[in-house]
Amino acid sequence: MSNVDAKVSRPLSPHLQVYRWPITMTMSIVHRVTGVALYFGTLLLAWWVIAAASGPGAFAVADAVFGSWIGRLVLFGYTWALVHHLLGGLRHFIWDVGAGFSKTARDRIAWANIIGSVALTILLWAIGLAIR
Amino acid sequence: MSMRTPLAKVRGLGSAKEGTSQFWHQRLTAVALAILLSGFIILVIAIAGRPYEQVIAVLGNPFVSLLLVLMIGAGVWHMKIGMQEIIEDYLHGGIKLIAVIANNFFSVAVGLATALALLKLSFGG
Repeated sequence: MSNVDAKVSRPLSPHLQVYRWPITMTMSIVHRVTGVALYFGTLLLAWWVIAAASGPGAFAVADAVFGSWIGRLVLFGYTWALVHHLLGGLRHFIWDVGAGFSKTARDRIAWANIIGSVALTILLWAIGLAIR
Repeated sequence: MSMRTPLAKVRGLGSAKEGTSQFWHQRLTAVALAILLSGFIILVIAIAGRPYEQVIAVLGNPFVSLLLVLMIGAGVWHMKIGMQEIIEDYLHGGIKLIAVIANNFFSVAVGLATALALLKLSFGG
C-alpha cells in the first residue's frame, strides 16, 4: 500500500512540547490521576466497612492502621484527591452547560479548583481534628 | 479480505442509538456523588476514631445505610466508566480486553462487598 509510506512524510502539527504549559492541562491530568487514586481508594472504604461488619477485632485493626501517622497521611491524600476530583467534576458541569470557555474563565476556574481543593481539604481536617 | 472500506460497511445501518450513554451515565452518577459524598464526608469526620459500638450504631442507622449504599453504587458505576475510558485511551488489542474485564470485575466486587457489609450492619448482624 503506497499511502502507508506517504503517511510518514506528511507534515505534522506541533506536539505538546512547543506550547507554553497551561494550567488547564495540569488540571486535566490531575483530574485523571485523582480519579485513578480514588478508584483504588475504594478498597480502603470497603476494608473499613467490612471490618466494622466483621466484629470488634477486625475493626480495631483497621482503626489502628487508619489512626497511625502513615494511615492519616494516606487518608489526608485520599481526602484531597476526593475534594479535587469533586471540584473538578463541578468544573466539568460548568463546561457541560456551555459556560466558562473563555481564556480567562477557564484559567480562573482551573486555579479555583486547585486552590479550593487544598483549602477545603485542610479545613475538613481542621474540623475533624478540632472536634476530637 | 473485503475491498469495502470500513465506512461503506456501516453506511446505512444507522447508529447504535447509545453513543452518548456513557457520557450521560458519567454525569448522572457525578451529580449523585456530589450530593452523597458531601454527606459521607460529614459522616466520616463525625465518627472517625470513635469506639466500635458507636461506629456500628451509626453505620447501622437506616438513613446512613441508605446514603452509603447509594454512594457505593453510584461510586463504582462512575469509576467503572472512568477507568474504562482510561483503558481505551492507553491500551489496545488483547491487553485492552483483559483490562476492561478486570475493571468490570473489580468494580462489581468492591461495590457488592461494601454493600453487603453495610446491609449486614443495617440488619443488625
